Amino acid sequence: MSTQRRIKVTVNGTAYERDVEPRLLLADFLRHTLGLTGTHVGCEHGVCGACTVIVNGDSMRSCLLLAVQLDGASVETVESLGTMGALNPLQEAFRQHHALQCGFCTPGMLMTATDLLRKYPLASDDEIREGLSGNLCRCTGYQHIVEAVRSVVPRKPERGA
Amino acid sequence: MKPPPFDYVLADSVESAVTALAQAGSDAKIIAGGQSLVPMLNFRLLKPTLLVDINAISGLSFIDEDDDAIRIGALTRHRMLETSPVIARQLSVITEAMGHVAHLAIRNRGTIGGSLSHADPAAELPMLALLLDAELTIASPRGRRSVAARDFFLGALTVDLHEDELVTEIKFPKLPPSTGWGFAEVARRGGDFALAAVAVALTLEAGAISAVRIGMMGIGETPQRAHEAEALLLGRRLDVASLAEVGDVVRTSVTPNTDVHASSDYRRHLVAVLAERTLREAWERAAA
Repeated sequence: MSTQRRIKVTVNGTAYERDVEPRLLLADFLRHTLGLTGTHVGCEHGVCGACTVIVNGDSMRSCLLLAVQLDGASVETVESLGTMGALNPLQEAFRQHHALQCGFCTPGMLMTATDLLRKYPLASDDEIREGLSGNLCRCTGYQHIVEAVRSVVPRKPERGA
Repeated sequence: MKPPPFDYVLADSVESAVTALAQAGSDAKIIAGGQSLVPMLNFRLLKPTLLVDINAISGLSFIDEDDDAIRIGALTRHRMLETSPVIARQLSVITEAMGHVAHLAIRNRGTIGGSLSHADPAAELPMLALLLDAELTIASPRGRRSVAARDFFLGALTVDLHEDELVTEIKFPKLPPSTGWGFAEVARRGGDFALAAVAVALTLEAGAISAVRIGMMGIGETPQRAHEAEALLLGRRLDVASLAEVGDVVRTSVTPNTDVHASSDYRRHLVAVLAERTLREAWERAAA
């Protein structure tokens, strides 16, 4: 049982072909098989949100997906956003607004916010809070994270108060 | 922790999925969204020998509108339900409730068939299926059968599904005209499992209640209907007196468990308050 399976998966635009055990979680595939340690593993049961990545355009918990299920899929991780020397606008906003302290939740926050920014108008802070409610941060109290996301929401002139 | 070892089959049809289940015997599990299954694997609460993945089966993810019903494929993701214009128009109570189902990343992956088959006592979709008299289509190597939601939920995490059976479709009858709905839930934090929730569908005829359904959860191993309260509302208007009667009947008819999150008394109080609140909402919507 549990013989290895060959999967082809695109991660941050790079195509990979690897043999995986069926029980290997996507989070561990990213970190241990591919060496992409930007994705953090917190609770391993879908509660903390630290391992959130984007799979085929939708944010998902990488601790609740099996790598073997990702055959043919496209995955985006925090490594796709920016580099140490050239942060992307969302990462730069996190830096400017002090939206992280220890940084453990940050990859999940960034990937969840990336999904939110692509799909929703985020007209109110309530919408941002609701969207981020599945991601736990034990340092910041969330206010700075909300402010960081707010600062990169494209402003629409018709937006009300 | 990490899941225990298991074998894995990616099914390409309902028939091949149920055949694989039948051949594997009692130790196989279906994986759909996996948003409840994978945590149980990670905790090693389950040690299946085989996972049958149904995510690649085409034709299991859809929301179709017939003359008298909405039919939903078992593999339809929560977010598709939440954002569907058909559901918003015909079964708004589902749209409202989906916002309370976990969080965005979970709703992107979790499925309606998975939620109903898993039957967590604090999950919204089983209560909605019961409230809306849903009918489930179930496939097995012996063919297909239908089961009403009221007969499907047997206990906590226990449903009327044999080891070689797979839910393929859920049919929700459309609500009659002049029907209002209500939904309310109390959870420690948004997206957490509910302490209690109530959903209502209420139909008016000539200014009085001609039909009413009250679904409750968080008060037992399965979602329940408040049949006694429903009966006393028939033919009446919703006013201070009838609402107070409903509250009393609901409070005294349920026997919730005490756990670390809430006492039995608090849950009993909550469900009665939520029943009154959702009935008022439903009454106002029906009259509008």
